[in-house]
Amino acid sequence: MAANLNLLTTNLNAIFANRIVSLENMLGELTLVVSAVDMLEVLTRLRDDPDLRFEQMMDLCGVDYFTYGSDICEGGAYLKSDIAPDAYPSRFAVVYHLLSLTHNIRLRVRVFAVDDDLPILSSVVNIWPCANWYEREAFDLYGIVFTDHPDLRRLLTDYGFVGNPFRKDFPLSGHVEMRYDPEQQRVIYQPVSIEPRELVPRIIREEHYGGLK
Amino acid sequence: MAEIKNYTMNFGPQHPSAHGVLRLVLELDGEVIERADPHIGLLHRGTEKLAEHKTYLQSLPYMDRLDYVSMMCNEHAYVMAIEKLLALEVPLRAQYIRVMFDEITRVMNHLLWLGAHALDIGAMTVFLYAFREREDLMDVYEAVSGARLHAAYYRPGGVYRDLPDSMPLYQASKIHNAKAVKKMNENREGSLLDFMEDFTTRFPTCVDEYETLLTDNRIWKQRTVGIGVVTPERALALGFSGPMLRGSGIVWDLRKKQPYEVYDRIDFDIPVGVEGDCYDRYLVRVEEMRQSNRIIKQCISWLRQNPGPVIVNNFKVAPPKRESMKQNMEELIHHFKLFTEGMHVPPGEAYAAVEHPKGEFGIYVISDGANKPYRLKIRAPGFAHIAALDEMARGHMIADVVAIIGTQDIVFGEVDR
Repeated sequence: MAANLNLLTTNLNAIFANRIVSLENMLGELTLVVSAVDMLEVLTRLRDDPDLRFEQMMDLCGVDYFTYGSDICEGGAYLKSDIAPDAYPSRFAVVYHLLSLTHNIRLRVRVFAVDDDLPILSSVVNIWPCANWYEREAFDLYGIVFTDHPDLRRLLTDYGFVGNPFRKDFPLSGHVEMRYDPEQQRVIYQPVSIEPRELVPRIIREEHYGGLK
Repeated sequence: MAEIKNYTMNFGPQHPSAHGVLRLVLELDGEVIERADPHIGLLHRGTEKLAEHKTYLQSLPYMDRLDYVSMMCNEHAYVMAIEKLLALEVPLRAQYIRVMFDEITRVMNHLLWLGAHALDIGAMTVFLYAFREREDLMDVYEAVSGARLHAAYYRPGGVYRDLPDSMPLYQASKIHNAKAVKKMNENREGSLLDFMEDFTTRFPTCVDEYETLLTDNRIWKQRTVGIGVVTPERALALGFSGPMLRGSGIVWDLRKKQPYEVYDRIDFDIPVGVEGDCYDRYLVRVEEMRQSNRIIKQCISWLRQNPGPVIVNNFKVAPPKRESMKQNMEELIHHFKLFTEGMHVPPGEAYAAVEHPKGEFGIYVISDGANKPYRLKIRAPGFAHIAALDEMARGHMIADVVAIIGTQDIVFGEVDR
C-alpha cells in the first residue's frame, strides 16, 4: 500500500501540478485539497485518467470548520474562541472519499467553499451519479449549495424543517419541539422547553498527552 | 373504453415490506413504475451530531443502533478509525475475536435478510427456519456481551473482555420439563467456543435446507430472475458495494483487497454473480454464509490454542483491571479519568472501512485533539443502494419493488442515521 501511495503522489503531482493546493500523506491516507474553481476539472480527470481511475465515489460529506480547535461552549453549541487559530481558509468544506478498484487505492479530496455565508460548490452528479443523494444530504445538514444539481431538495430532516442542523452554531437540542395539542386536535411545533446542558465538557489537552503518539 | 391515466401512489411509511420507515412515492402507468422517489429520514436521529457532543467511548453504543441487524460490524469500523488516529496496535487474540464476531454478525444479518426477503415475496417457511439459527447466534452475542442485540463489545484497543467459559443454560419451566431442558442444553455444556464449533458443524446443513426451499423453487425464480438488473458499470457509478456490487460480477471484497485485522491469514472465497439480478444477489449472499462459516471455524481453532490479552494495556485508552483498580490509587485515577473525561485522540483525520454484511461501511473521523470527535461521518452502504432504487425499479411492476427493496437489504437505522 505504501508503494502505491508514493506512486499516486507522484502521478498526482505530475498530472495536476499547479492546481494542487496541498497534498498530504497522513496515517497512510492521501488528502488532496483543490480550489473550488478547479474542482470539476480535477475530479473528472481523477475518474478518467488511466493512471488514477477513481471509478467509485464512496462518500461525500460536508464539514463545518467553524469551531475547530475550540472548547468554548454556550448552550450546547460550540462557539469560536478568540484564541483558537484559524486553522482553515474558510468555514465550509466538502470531503470526497474516492476509491479506485483498478489500482486498489483510496484518495480523499477536500474542497473549501469560498463564501462562508452562502457556500456554493459545483455538483459532481455528472461525474459520479451516486453523488446525487450525498449532495442533497450536505445541502440539508450544512446548507451547502451545489450548482447544476438536478434535484436539490432536503433529504433527512422533516418536511418544512428550518435551519441546517449539523452546523456548529445549531444547538444539539434544536429550536423547536413537537407535541400533540388536544385543544387544536393536531400536532403543533413550539420552542424547545429543555435547558441546554453539557454532561462532559469538551477538553483539548496538550500534544502527546498521556504518552499517546 | 375507459381512459387510463398515470397516477401517483404512496408506499409506506408503515408498510411491512418497506423494511422500516420508508416512504416511497411511485408514479405509475397502470401497474408499471415510471418513477420512484424514496423519502427517507423518518428515522433520522442525528447520530453524527450526537457523537460530536459525546466522548469517544460514549458514542460507541450508538454504532449498534445504526444497522441494528449487524451490530458488531458497525462498531468495528468505528473502533478501527479511532485506533488508526491513536496508532494503536490491537492484540492478536482480539483481532481474531473481532473477525469471528464479524462473521457471526454476517451470518446473522444474512439470515434475517433471507427470511424477510423470502417473506416479502411470499415464502413463509424460510423465515421460521432462518430465525431458528439466528437465535443461537443471539445467544452467543448475549454470552459474550450481556446483550442480545446492542452489544457494545468492541472497544478502541481490543474487545471488552475475553470469551466466556460457559454458555447461558435453559431453565425448566411450565413449558419445558427437566428432560426437555436437558436435551436443549446438550450443546451448551461447554464454553462459548464449544457451542460455536457445534454450530459450525450443523450450520451448512441448515443452509442446504434454505436452499432446498428456494434455489430451484419455480415461484422464487419467477419473482427474482431478471428483476432489478444492474450492469457492472452502473453498479460502480451508483456507488454500490458488498453483495450488490459482487452480484453484478465485480470481484471486490475489502476483506481480500484491503485486508484488515487478520483476514489475510484466513482462507475463504468471494462468491460473485453473473447477471446482476435479484436471484444472483440471493446466490451470492447464501454462499457468503457458507464462507463465513468457514472463517468462523478457522478462528475457533486459532482461539483455542492461543490465549492472551484481548485489549491494549494503555490506561489512557482502555480501563485497568477491576481488581487492580480496587487496590491501587493510580489505577483508580486512570479509571475515573477515562470514564469521565474520556480519551484524547490526536488531531487529524482518518477513514476506516470494513466489509459490512451490506457493503462498505466506513467511518470518517476528524479530530482536533479533544476528548470528542470534531466531525464523525458514517458512510452507510444502504444509503447508496436505496438512492439507486429509482433506477432499479423503473419499468418494473409494483410487486417487483418489494423484491428490489428486499434484495438491497435495506435497514433504515443506517440509511437515516
